[in-house]
Amino acid sequence: MSLGLLRIEGLSKRYGKDALALDDVSFSLDAGEVIALIGPSGAGKSTLIRCINRLVEPTAGRIWLGDTELTSLDRRSLRQARRRIGMIFQEFALVERLSVMENLLSGRLGYVGFWRAALRRFPQADIERAFDLLDQVELGAMVDRRADALSGGQRQRVGIARALMQTPDLLLVDEPTASLDPRTSRQIMRLITRLCGERGLPAIINIHDVPLARRYCQRVIGLRSGRIVYDGPATALDDAVLTEIYGAEDWDTGTAQAEASDDDVAVTEA
Amino acid sequence: MSVRVWHRPPMIADPRLRWGLSLAVLVYLFLAVGSLEVNWQRVAEGLERGAAFAAALFTPDFSSRGADILEGFLESLAMTFVSTTIGLLLAVPVAVGAARNLSPLPVYLICRGFIAISRSFQEIIIAILFVAMLGFGPLAGVATLAFASIGFIAKLLAEDIEAMDPKPLEAIRATGGSATQTLHWGVMPVVLPRLVGVSMYRLDINFRESAIIGIVGAGGIGATLNTAFDRYEYDTAAAILLLIIAIVLLSEYVSGFIRGRLR
Amino acid sequence: MPVIHANGQPLWRQRTPRAVLLAWLGWFAVVALLALSWQFISERTIWIFVTDAPRQGADLLSRMVPPDWAYTGTLWRPLWDTLNIATLGTLLALVVATPLAFLAARNTTPAIPGLRAVALLVIVSSRSINSLIWALLLVMILGPGVLAGIIAIALRSIGFIGKLLYEAIEESDAKPVEAIVATGASPAQMRLYAIVPQIMPAFAGISVYRWDINIREATILGLVGAGGIGLELMASVNVLAWGRVSMIFLLILATVLASEWVSARVRAAVT
Repeated sequence: MSLGLLRIEGLSKRYGKDALALDDVSFSLDAGEVIALIGPSGAGKSTLIRCINRLVEPTAGRIWLGDTELTSLDRRSLRQARRRIGMIFQEFALVERLSVMENLLSGRLGYVGFWRAALRRFPQADIERAFDLLDQVELGAMVDRRADALSGGQRQRVGIARALMQTPDLLLVDEPTASLDPRTSRQIMRLITRLCGERGLPAIINIHDVPLARRYCQRVIGLRSGRIVYDGPATALDDAVLTEIYGAEDWDTGTAQAEASDDDVAVTEA
Repeated sequence: MSVRVWHRPPMIADPRLRWGLSLAVLVYLFLAVGSLEVNWQRVAEGLERGAAFAAALFTPDFSSRGADILEGFLESLAMTFVSTTIGLLLAVPVAVGAARNLSPLPVYLICRGFIAISRSFQEIIIAILFVAMLGFGPLAGVATLAFASIGFIAKLLAEDIEAMDPKPLEAIRATGGSATQTLHWGVMPVVLPRLVGVSMYRLDINFRESAIIGIVGAGGIGATLNTAFDRYEYDTAAAILLLIIAIVLLSEYVSGFIRGRLR
Repeated sequence: MPVIHANGQPLWRQRTPRAVLLAWLGWFAVVALLALSWQFISERTIWIFVTDAPRQGADLLSRMVPPDWAYTGTLWRPLWDTLNIATLGTLLALVVATPLAFLAARNTTPAIPGLRAVALLVIVSSRSINSLIWALLLVMILGPGVLAGIIAIALRSIGFIGKLLYEAIEESDAKPVEAIVATGASPAQMRLYAIVPQIMPAFAGISVYRWDINIREATILGLVGAGGIGLELMASVNVLAWGRVSMIFLLILATVLASEWVSARVRAAVT
């Protein structure tokens, strides 16, 4: 077994007295690897991702990020570990009434004290970094715009930049396209995978859109009722596997259309 | 490459307005605090009394003035019930008069004017006038609370009537219903649940107010409380305050329960 | 609305017989309570005075009109005090109520057992007692004057502001909170970045709304000696100077309307 950057062993989660949301999940992730986590609603995708940075406390199992065992950390060390893990959310989870810049700088909160954060006096390096990232997600003109004045795609790009502000070692992405239209969804997926590629940043992308998963990720993990039922290359994701993950369905319709797309849609939008 | 700086954009963009406002606030605070005339020696003496009162909160004395306290609370409760009922009965016609979709303009203006006056003055100010007219005692309190209740209930009710869907009204008029029949079948079913809710709310307010208008002689527990303070009877005052809190909480709970059931 | 089958004929009634009986009992209880209450009040009323009321009222009105315009000159200082009581009292209340609200809100209260219950108890006690009663208490403790008024207003407002503010905190969106926690921010930083921006409009609205109410309440605190224009009112009533009383009423009315206007403008601007 290779010692990956992220290792999950025997992870289980039970909410109250319900059935197991996650049942003995184990896998590992190598540096630079971007994997798609697919599965029907309620399969435990969100729970799995949130167990890694312990927004949800696992019931059993162990998780390592590099040499750190995340599952055994006390509150203080957990905060320090969370700084190394960037997260991108389905409904963007921006602070709506703060400006784009303030939302980005919130990615550095783990590194500054309370008063610096309160007075918005962040180190110059953080400011520089924020401007660089805004250029990379093509929002350079929006610095002082309030987050609630942006479109969905723009907000998600702020969300991406906020996660990258942390200079993370791992990126957790929870349904990044579920609140977006098909075209913007593709742009966002392309942006995330490109930025990860440039940085050699490993990522787990939790996504319900199979064609997008297949297109932008090399490796796919299929989850059903809290168990891993598939872990392999995206190219081997055939109808039999999809039926194993989602149950029986005619898998041809829709996919062909999505495959025949242009890769040249600009990231910028109206 | 030059250093890129960022500062949070100020809330008020115009620097002159920003500094002007800040300066005005500072000057006001300076003047306001400066004009406080505090007798610090008296305050220092008072701290001892404050401590004594705080201690009394843990040893409330319900019994030595028990008869006065009971009398005061019964009076307050009686005033609350009677005034809320009178207020409710009189508020309904005023509310209908103050609803623009039911009443002609002159009636509307008179009723709205009455509501505005009744709402602008604190209960205790109205109590001063009623005490001057009716003499000391709970009747002046009942008149005061009823007067305030009319404005309060009528305003909320009138807003409800105005927000009503006009179609059922037209339907009843179309069947040949008279004005009273329109009110009974078209207006009452819509506003009745709301009316009960508002009355419960006002019952609550009237009890709280009945605890203070006694200070100017309009009956209720307020007079007893005032006397207790005047005589520096901390234990009795503490007992009365605790009872007021308990009754307010109880009535808030009950009225919340009833309003919840109506929804 | 049930349909009852009697003698093979469906009968429509608005309520069941049991419900009708209960409704009647309920009404009977209410009427009995009212009759008792009325008798109680009636026993404590000197009816001679009441029969005289219309004449007294007319007499009062004739003495109140015209208002004593010349008296206005001595009223500016008490009016300034009234304004200060309301404003400084509201500021003081904000300073105390804001941290209190964070302790009382389910989603921001620290994990210390009992702390939330204490915060809620403080809010409830403060809210249940009218500012005039607080003023009575404070005048006894601190002596008469503006200071007692300011603290009375503050004590009453803490519960009001604290309750509305903690409800606003509990209603705030949990998604940004999760996102900020995920960056490794401390609990204090989370409140600062994820909660505070969300409740700012509510905070501004609640503050101004309470300030408006406090202006009204500050006008009467003087009745028990806690400073402001109420002192003049009490003095004028005691010497039966009804022309002065009506002048004070006019001034109070103008102040209340002005503060209501300001409050409505500010609240419209922040939402």
